[in-house]
Amino acid sequence: MDIHAALIQPFIEFGFMRRALAACLALSLGCGPAGTLLVLRRMSLVGDALSHAVLPGAAVGFMIAGLSLVVMSFGGFIAGLVVAGLSGLVARVTPQREDASFAAFYLISLALGVLIVSTHGSNVDLMHVLFGTILAVDDASLLLIVSIATLTHFTLAVIGRGLIVECFDPGFLRAVGGPGAAVHFVFLVLVVMNLVAGFHALGTLMAVGLMMLPAAAARFWAGQVATLAAASSAIAFASAYAGLLLSYHVNLPSGPAIILVAGGVYIVSVVAGPRGSLRTRFLPRRHLEA
Amino acid sequence: MTTAFSLHDVTLGYDRHPAVHHLTGSFATGSLTALVGPNGSGKSTLLKGLIGLLAPLEGHLERNGLCQSEIAYLPQQAEIDRSFPISVIETVLLGHWRTTGLFRPITRTLRRQAEKALVAVGLDGFGRRPIASLSAGQFQRVLFARMLLQDCPVILLDEPFTAIDAKTTADLLRVVVGWHGEGRTIVAVLHDLDQVRESFPDTLLIAREPIGWGATTKVLRAEHLFQARQMAEAWDDRAEVCWRGVA
Repeated sequence: MDIHAALIQPFIEFGFMRRALAACLALSLGCGPAGTLLVLRRMSLVGDALSHAVLPGAAVGFMIAGLSLVVMSFGGFIAGLVVAGLSGLVARVTPQREDASFAAFYLISLALGVLIVSTHGSNVDLMHVLFGTILAVDDASLLLIVSIATLTHFTLAVIGRGLIVECFDPGFLRAVGGPGAAVHFVFLVLVVMNLVAGFHALGTLMAVGLMMLPAAAARFWAGQVATLAAASSAIAFASAYAGLLLSYHVNLPSGPAIILVAGGVYIVSVVAGPRGSLRTRFLPRRHLEA
Repeated sequence: MTTAFSLHDVTLGYDRHPAVHHLTGSFATGSLTALVGPNGSGKSTLLKGLIGLLAPLEGHLERNGLCQSEIAYLPQQAEIDRSFPISVIETVLLGHWRTTGLFRPITRTLRRQAEKALVAVGLDGFGRRPIASLSAGQFQRVLFARMLLQDCPVILLDEPFTAIDAKTTADLLRVVVGWHGEGRTIVAVLHDLDQVRESFPDTLLIAREPIGWGATTKVLRAEHLFQARQMAEAWDDRAEVCWRGVA
């Protein structure tokens, strides 16, 4: 098999592969910056919690309208927002920290979701919601995913400065009267939106993978917020491309294949990346003059 | 004489337990006051009350028309993430927040002012360094440069020179004295009494209860300091309700 046949032919030959690749490109562009900011805010696991929180909403949407993209997305979006809102509220008005309140509300949400799916749907439906089907992304899903990526970039351009300050020095933002809470909440809305975009392609279990793994890997390659976000997006898209090919040639489920490739990139980054990796720690280059 | 802050029988605290108990007095506009007292005596709590992060449990605190963004506040343990990937100059530029806010651009003039502020705190040429690479003293200089840009009429400093070496302290103290010369109102929590005697005209000595407030030479006397050391630090869970000042 020549290189063209291995790397390019599948996308020329099959429309579903092209659509999957386009969906992954849009997802990568949206998830890169969102994941980077989650990592910088030490909220990596909040992404995970929110991705599970989406489940009951998507399930209720499925109950009402069957396998309808719009209704399931909307349901998932609302469920994610409710969990994010309640967790944020508890963290701000009581002494409990956000990680604990997020854990509490996402677990409630997840249990509710599994309950709904198992009493009202077949196992096949559950599998679809949990694992997604990137190879079955239709035009409507693609449009939704691309719109969310676009909106993410526009919104981040508007609130970027506030978000970075709220992340880096929240006390300062409070002291100068900046809108810390508002910026934080808008950001959580963006995260939920990107997870909803991801769950069509990768399922609620894996959606967060394309957000967090590339962002975690990027830390070993880049040192500024903008370059971190760009590196995350690049890693996400490269992983998606490789994962799709892997799933095509070896006949593996596409979602886990993509996330496993991203996981591989993460491990390589930890071991060999140029910034703070194991290699720089155990095989340091000679020190400088000053 | 105008005042920056006037306090009328102010009690500040947490969970009904007073940390600052029945404090009355005022900080004159343009005054340079050292806030002195043992650990746990309510110094940081008082600063939080002054800036408005903590509402008084009782009493009345007037800021005389100052809005929050006109008060620069350097907390003792800032919630700053010092591993955050941001450069020194970007951190200093945040001091322009009143001008730039969330959306407005950072002009060349603003950038030049930030570079000048870095020179003023002795960090010339550090602009592009990531803050993660700075020592504690260098980072404190960065925060002072940011306050220089904030250009606030009132400046509150919570232990600005703790764990900072002598040269950095001397440099930053010069900045503080310079602010005083420009007519700004400054309140600084300090522990080095020689430093207070040398550079701070006024002192407020508290040990939960106010012990002395006025000219430093009159406040920092042996009997006052002895009295401050007698303060019981522990909360009494069975403390009676305080009715002082209630007719």
